[in-house]
Amino acid sequence: MFVINHKKIFFIFSSLLVVSSIFIISIFGLNFGIDFKGGSILEVAYLNEEHLAIEDLKIDLQKLELGNLTVQETTFNDPQGDVNGIILRTKNLTELERESIISVISQNNQYQIEQKRYNSIGPVIGEELKGKALWAILVVVIAIILFVAFAFRKVTEVANSDNKVSSWKYGFAAIIALVHDILIPTGVFALLGHYFITYQIDSVFVMALLAILGFSVNDTIVVFDRIRENLSISKKEIFSETVGKSLKQTITRSINTSLTTLTVLLALYFWGGEATKQFALILSIGVVVGTYSSIFLASPLLTLFQKRK
Amino acid sequence: MSKNRLIAIILLFTSVLIGYFSVQIEDTKFPYKFGLDIAGGTHLVYVADTSKVESSEISESMSALRDVIEKRTNLFGVAEPLVQTEEGSGLDGHRLIVELPGVTDISQAVEMIGQTPLLEFMLVQEISGEAIPLEQGTSTIDQEEPEVAFLDTGITGGVIEKAQLQFDSTTGEPAVLLSFNTEGKKLFADVTKKNVGQVLAIFLDGQVISTPVIREEINDGKAQISGSFTPQEAKTLVRDINYGALPLPIELISTQSVGASIGAETLEKGVNAALWGLLLVIVFLIVWYRLPGLLASVSLLTYIALILSVFKLIPITLTSAGIAGFILSIGMAVDANVLIFERLKEELKNGRDIDSAIREGFSRAWLSIRDSNISSIITAVILFWFGTSLVEGFALTFGLGVLVSMFTAITVTRSFLLAISPKKDTPFKRFIFSSGLKGKEKIN
Repeated sequence: MFVINHKKIFFIFSSLLVVSSIFIISIFGLNFGIDFKGGSILEVAYLNEEHLAIEDLKIDLQKLELGNLTVQETTFNDPQGDVNGIILRTKNLTELERESIISVISQNNQYQIEQKRYNSIGPVIGEELKGKALWAILVVVIAIILFVAFAFRKVTEVANSDNKVSSWKYGFAAIIALVHDILIPTGVFALLGHYFITYQIDSVFVMALLAILGFSVNDTIVVFDRIRENLSISKKEIFSETVGKSLKQTITRSINTSLTTLTVLLALYFWGGEATKQFALILSIGVVVGTYSSIFLASPLLTLFQKRK
Repeated sequence: MSKNRLIAIILLFTSVLIGYFSVQIEDTKFPYKFGLDIAGGTHLVYVADTSKVESSEISESMSALRDVIEKRTNLFGVAEPLVQTEEGSGLDGHRLIVELPGVTDISQAVEMIGQTPLLEFMLVQEISGEAIPLEQGTSTIDQEEPEVAFLDTGITGGVIEKAQLQFDSTTGEPAVLLSFNTEGKKLFADVTKKNVGQVLAIFLDGQVISTPVIREEINDGKAQISGSFTPQEAKTLVRDINYGALPLPIELISTQSVGASIGAETLEKGVNAALWGLLLVIVFLIVWYRLPGLLASVSLLTYIALILSVFKLIPITLTSAGIAGFILSIGMAVDANVLIFERLKEELKNGRDIDSAIREGFSRAWLSIRDSNISSIITAVILFWFGTSLVEGFALTFGLGVLVSMFTAITVTRSFLLAISPKKDTPFKRFIFSSGLKGKEKIN
């Protein structure tokens, strides 16, 4: 099978992607969203066409001395047509500070405005969520390695003596694929977040990463399942041939399931609401990377583990 | 008619009924329930200061706090407010979460909750005379007056049963009559008995409002506050105490608010995305998997009808993250079908006739379906445990989606396939049961 014979190329390709992701993350750092570092986001729509120029607004807001703040222009879809508005990002605000910002934006009710969305999160909650997110990722990874090792516990019984690969190695191969699958989207977001403030590492991002983990392991397990089945059917084959054959039998399924998942994610990206756009984007990247890793990484790795014995 | 066809027809009929139920948006008995980010509203997180409470009494105080705030939110006419305490490992302090659907005026919301007075009774002790070592829970006030310390008596608004407005018969000054509950009565009698001649200062939100001198033990459980307030202030105080003085001081640490119009837009876009996603997946299924693909599409529609009904019946609070989880599940629900159809194709290739290929395809695909779905469920459970309201919504719809779709794939798709499975193979039949972009699978 092509994939097994040329596995080195795919290993190098994956390693390059992972190394550059780690490189980007360590150079640019992660652009954390407010739910991880604390802070406020305020979205306000101007209901009339007339409103304060954004430059003047920035100057007035600076006078409140709220530290670092960014103002971004946006438009809101309203039943009566689109209206202009702004998205303001600041430190975690008290209720009084929020009210003073609102009165600056409306210039003491000179302009008619509507607060569309407001989110303010204290730094304590942020730290807590960040910790929780790391734990969740770690626990998923451990749970998966345990599950794979358990589900494939009989894999050494069905295989012939040369093809016996411990079920823990199956779990380990799955984990390498998973680490690959979450590092690359994180690298992409570190890069995007460096240039665009909206690409942030927040709860939604972690939610997407966890979904990627689920999706990718799902894919990997289907291939492993087939390897197990083939090991018990054709006992005369050498291990790498069995793996190659199993890949060939499952590759259409892997690609088709990824395509349908990608289809709905792209639908979510193009037609869905703002809140889930980023989610759809990260997960789309993850689905592509996850499918790639279950075909070109996890299973070829198994043949490597078998040889190392 | 064969048994398989009968089952398929019954399933189809049931699916249509379930589908009809799931599209009843105006249903009043089982309405769809939407989260604050879709329905509009405000989500507030408070942290309670429990430093002055014995650790054994914290959970009791917290539930008292919860009750008081719930009472206040109800009083202000918020429909279905949600007030809950949150504590546990990894949490810093004791939290109170307040969800106010439909309230988008944050100032008003914060005011309605936070301005509830904190009423405290403290003994005044002069430090300048005899040096009394300060205990915990005492504080000193400004330097101009004789130096005094306030000693916490443990009497707070929490032990007051009710307050009444009175007017002094001679001066006409307003006064507030407090009646303590059983616990407060005992506490009050105890404090007044031990401290005759001392000043018992009454604090409202940290400000002294009255400093009466204890003349004798008071054991009827009544106390009067009079002095520095107008009739209007006295009236407000009575109202606030009756509607609930806070047993613990609270501080706002997180606010989230979403306007109703932006929420409606989120929902509309989510529904749009789901419909487009569904349509594209169905097109793909039919183009690639032909007749089985068409059946899988019907099975997918059954899945959607079923899961939407589950959302209505439980009910699941739908948020934008929840809708994303649901949409993702549409894509992944197909997986079990794809696994089965790929097996079916292989079995056809190996020379089986259609009927036995279908049966064999199912039984061989089952292990993969089971194992891969279990791993997805593990992820969903851990996501749910991660447990911010955002992620919970996603984990719930996604996890339920995995379960329900596994069910529809192994029952609905299977029954439909068996129902139309031909007794005799013809080249055309083999073509429509095959898949891929090429023609039919030949018999080897």
